[in-house]
Parts: sequence; C-alpha cells; structure tokens
Amino acid sequence: MSGCLCIEAIGPGSTVQDTGRAGYLAQGLSRGGAADRLALLEGAALLAQDQTCAAIEITGAPARFVLDADARIALTGAPREARAGTRNLAWNASHHMAAGEALILGPATAGVYSYLHVGGGIAADRVLGSRSAHLGAGIGAPLAAGDRVALGADPGGPSGVTLAPEERLGGGRLRYLDGPHSALFSDAQRARFAATRFRRGPRGNRQGTELVQESGGAPFAARGQLSLLSETIVPGDIQMTGAGLPYILGPECQSIGGYPRIGTVLPVDMPRAMQAAPGETLHFERVEIGEALAVHLSDAAWMARCAARLRPLVRDPARMTDLLSYGLIGGVTAGDELE
Amino acid sequence: MTRRPETQSQRPDDPLFDVPQIAALGIDGLLVRFRAGESMEANRAALALRAALEADPITGVQETSGALASVYLRFDPAMDVREAILSALRERLAAADWARAPLPQGRRLWHVPASFEGGDAPDLGAIADAAGIAPEEAVAQICAAPVRALALGFAPGQAYFGMLPARWDIPRRAALVPAVPRGAIVLAVRQLIVFAATAPTGWHQIGRSAFQPFRPSRGDETFAFRAGDELRLHPVGGAELREIEADDPGGMGGARAEPIA
Repeated sequence: MSGCLCIEAIGPGSTVQDTGRAGYLAQGLSRGGAADRLALLEGAALLAQDQTCAAIEITGAPARFVLDADARIALTGAPREARAGTRNLAWNASHHMAAGEALILGPATAGVYSYLHVGGGIAADRVLGSRSAHLGAGIGAPLAAGDRVALGADPGGPSGVTLAPEERLGGGRLRYLDGPHSALFSDAQRARFAATRFRRGPRGNRQGTELVQESGGAPFAARGQLSLLSETIVPGDIQMTGAGLPYILGPECQSIGGYPRIGTVLPVDMPRAMQAAPGETLHFERVEIGEALAVHLSDAAWMARCAARLRPLVRDPARMTDLLSYGLIGGVTAGDELE
Repeated sequence: MTRRPETQSQRPDDPLFDVPQIAALGIDGLLVRFRAGESMEANRAALALRAALEADPITGVQETSGALASVYLRFDPAMDVREAILSALRERLAAADWARAPLPQGRRLWHVPASFEGGDAPDLGAIADAAGIAPEEAVAQICAAPVRALALGFAPGQAYFGMLPARWDIPRRAALVPAVPRGAIVLAVRQLIVFAATAPTGWHQIGRSAFQPFRPSRGDETFAFRAGDELRLHPVGGAELREIEADDPGGMGGARAEPIA
C-alpha cells in the first residue's frame, strides 16, 4: 500500500480528476475529466508518468495538504503561492516532499483551476474506467477537509523539473467551428457574435461557463429556438440560454440538450475558456474545419510539446524564504514594535 | 422512398427539414438528423441507424450516441478519417429506408411498480385537470400501454419514454421545481421520465417508483435502460411502494425486465 494525501483545507468544488470517461454518451453520461486538460498533461510530463494519472483539481480558497510518505509532486494550472514547510515551491514544476511536510497553497493568482499531481497518481476508485468525480452524474464527491486520498505506487522518476506552461490564462481568443444550429442564427447575429467582446460572467463551473457582453448588447436568439429537438451536446458547445446569454459547455455538461448552439470551441482552446476567471475578456473567432484540424493537438502531441519544454529547476535565491538560516540577514524585527 | 442526405454545406439548415441531414458537431463529431420535429418514425430511424453503426462500425468511429431523432458519431480528429467517415455515412443513409427499418434486437420491456398517491404524485391532479379527466383515469391511461425509450440523456441512465397519446402534450413548467427524487415519474410533452438522480426539473411529477436506473456499483448493469427498451408502469399503493424499497439492496424497486421478441 502506498501513501495517503491528507486534505486539511480545500476550496469547495475541488475534486479528483483524470482525462475522464469517454464512451458513455449513449447512456446519458458526458466524458467529464479535468477542466484544464492541458494542466493534467503538464503534470504528467513534469513527473514523467502516464497522462491518465489522476490529480487533485483545486478551485477557490487556499488549500493545505499533508503527505504521510515521501512523495514527488507537481503543481500546474492556475498558479498559487505554494509552500512546503519553509520552502517556497515554484509553480509549473515538480518537487520532492518529505513525509509529514505540509503543502500550503494560497489563492489562485490567475486562472480558476489549479492541479496537484503526485507521483503514481491519485488512486481514487475507478468508476466506469475513470477516477474522475462527475458531480452532475452523482459519481464521486467534492473533496473536503479531513479526506484522506490514497496514492498510487510511484515507480520513481524526476522531480525538481519545471516547464514553461502553454499560455492560456487571463482570457483571450477562442476559435470555434460552426455547428448544427449555426444557420438558425441570422448572418447579422453571427457577425455580431464574432465581433463582440465578452466577459466571463459570475456563474461558471465544470458544467459550463456563463459569458456576458462587455457592452451590454442585445441577446442572441435563434429561429425556432423554443421548439428545437434535444440533440447530443459536447464540451465546447456555445449554447444560448433562453435569455440569449452564451454559455460555453464544460467537460461535465449534460449529454443532450435543446438550447440553440452557435458553434463549438476547439479543444485546443478549451483550457483557455475554462481558465478564464470572472470578469476576464473573451472573444470568438470562427474557423473552418481545415484550420481546426491543422491546429488540433492530440494528448500525445501535447505531451510531446510539454516534454520538449522541461528544464531543471534552478534554486533561485529570490525565492528562498529560509534566508535567516543561511545567516545572510540578522537583526530583523517583526516591524510592529512601535504600534 | 429514400432521398439522398445533404450535408449542411450543400443545404442551408432549415428548422423544418424533413430529410436526413449530416452536420458537423465540433472537430471530432458528426450529427445525423432525421427530422426537425418529434416523430416516432424519426426516432425509429435514429435507433435503427445507431444499432447498425454499432453492429457494423464505420472505420475510425470511436463512439455513437442517439437522441430523439438524431445519431452522433465521434472520431479521433488527429486521424485523417473525417472525409472517409462522412462518405461512408452518406452511403449508409442512402442504403436503407431508416424510418421503416426494424427496431434494434435485444430490446427489453421493463415492468416498473409506481405509486400515484399523495406525496408521491404532487402534480397528478394538475395534469389530470389539464387533460380533462379524473386522476384515476389519468393513471389508468398512462399505465395502459408500454412506451419506448426514445433516448437516454440529461443524467446517466435516464431515459425519455414516449410518445404518450396527444392529450398528454402538456408543456413544461415555466419555473423549475428545485428537486424531484430519484425514481420520480415525471411527465411533459407526451413523454415520461423515471428520474435517475434527485434533480431539479421543469416537468410534472405524477408518481414515484423505487427503481434506480443508474447504479454505478453494478458493473455491466450500471445502466438499466437502453434506448429502444420499453416501459410499462404498474400502479401500486404508496404503502406498498415503501415496503418494496424497505428491502431492496439492488435498487430494482420491484421491477422486472422481459425480452421483446
């Protein structure tokens, strides 16, 4: 039996995630999996392990973990200030953790979804071939303080490695393809959609992300939108609600739906869509299928790109918090003795 | 008579289309739509085409799924298979009259006990009023004949059964009910659902069963219903239903399935 990860604090909505369970759409179950799939792959590259290893997907408040055995970890996705004991840990990097050492993560400084990977992966129970929680489907549960999460056996591998992450935080451009409902929107509406700057709205989770128009323009509406027959829907679909607000469907979206959808965001841009924090700006650019296929990256292609960007993590004095122990600074006070 | 299906690029999407259409859905999917409106023929076509695609897969297709009147195919966009799948799909569509094709083999008729009393049926009175009949008569009519699982969706294992006679074309509610329990029998727009999980709904709860359509711990039997199966509800008293669920580790709720020949 390998070690355990003890969760002492974690934000609501944090879950165990891997690449999800494809193949159950006909049974009403969407594939799910990490909201930022690329972050999952980056973690696997940093630990030189299989891309299907499960990680902890962390949202919201600061988090605190303790490992009960020595372990390799990696931190990817939405960056947070990270400390292990007195050490500051670099984000987008792998590290060695000693048994009993506390890992403390501050709030995300950009993005929405942060990932904690452990050598050997998180060994949560597999349901239908995946360890991913799918809260909408009643599979798994949100992580909470007091949970002990089993770890897989780590055959060993590198730590102290970093990688320059694929740029995707802070919003930006989302490329999309026309879909089965696009022609139900008038040419004028489609042109306005592509020209509109949206902000990520306050509502968003693994099922979908709400967008609002920066300039408060008219809602988007499709012909016959109240009588559309329910059809298969997929992550990335840009769905217009009854109020004409766009929602980008996430990995935990439902399997079928009857709202009109103006198009589908390319998988290669979905990490950017899911990591947009409330208030950040997003805009859409329509592409043809040929261009979409040309820029598509499979998991294997992403992994190869990540592997090519790995670098040794050089210890940077500016990041050392234990300078006192090096004898470099003396006579420091708490700074509040005049109060 | 079959008509050659058109791709979206050849024929602008018409909300009233009544010939099969193939549309791209994302970078890795195609959607075959048989009709814009609900019809049992379009559902038959969707069930039959999907069964044919499962029995004799088109090379490169990784997953298929059906909805009320459409079939979705997913493939690997990193493989150069899109055009080949598209042309194979056009051939399959042209090769048969899918609206009159036999329904898939291996379908089952599910007999599910349900209570239509008191708190198990909060909306029965209102929907009976809407249909212009007494609640007892409404239950008798709804339980009189089997209905077909047109598709699964919304939640894992949750099937949309239909179509009920025209008098049950009752619209959804304007506002959602915060939650109906797992096993709830809900009705709207000539369809019935056995809720697979406790969830909010805009449909009307007319009864409750103890049947669990989604059982993540049961391996091969995780999903009880398959598209094309049929459902017949059998009224039982509220007390009898509670007796059934008091000793029901398998989540069957007294239901049984028989093969449809």
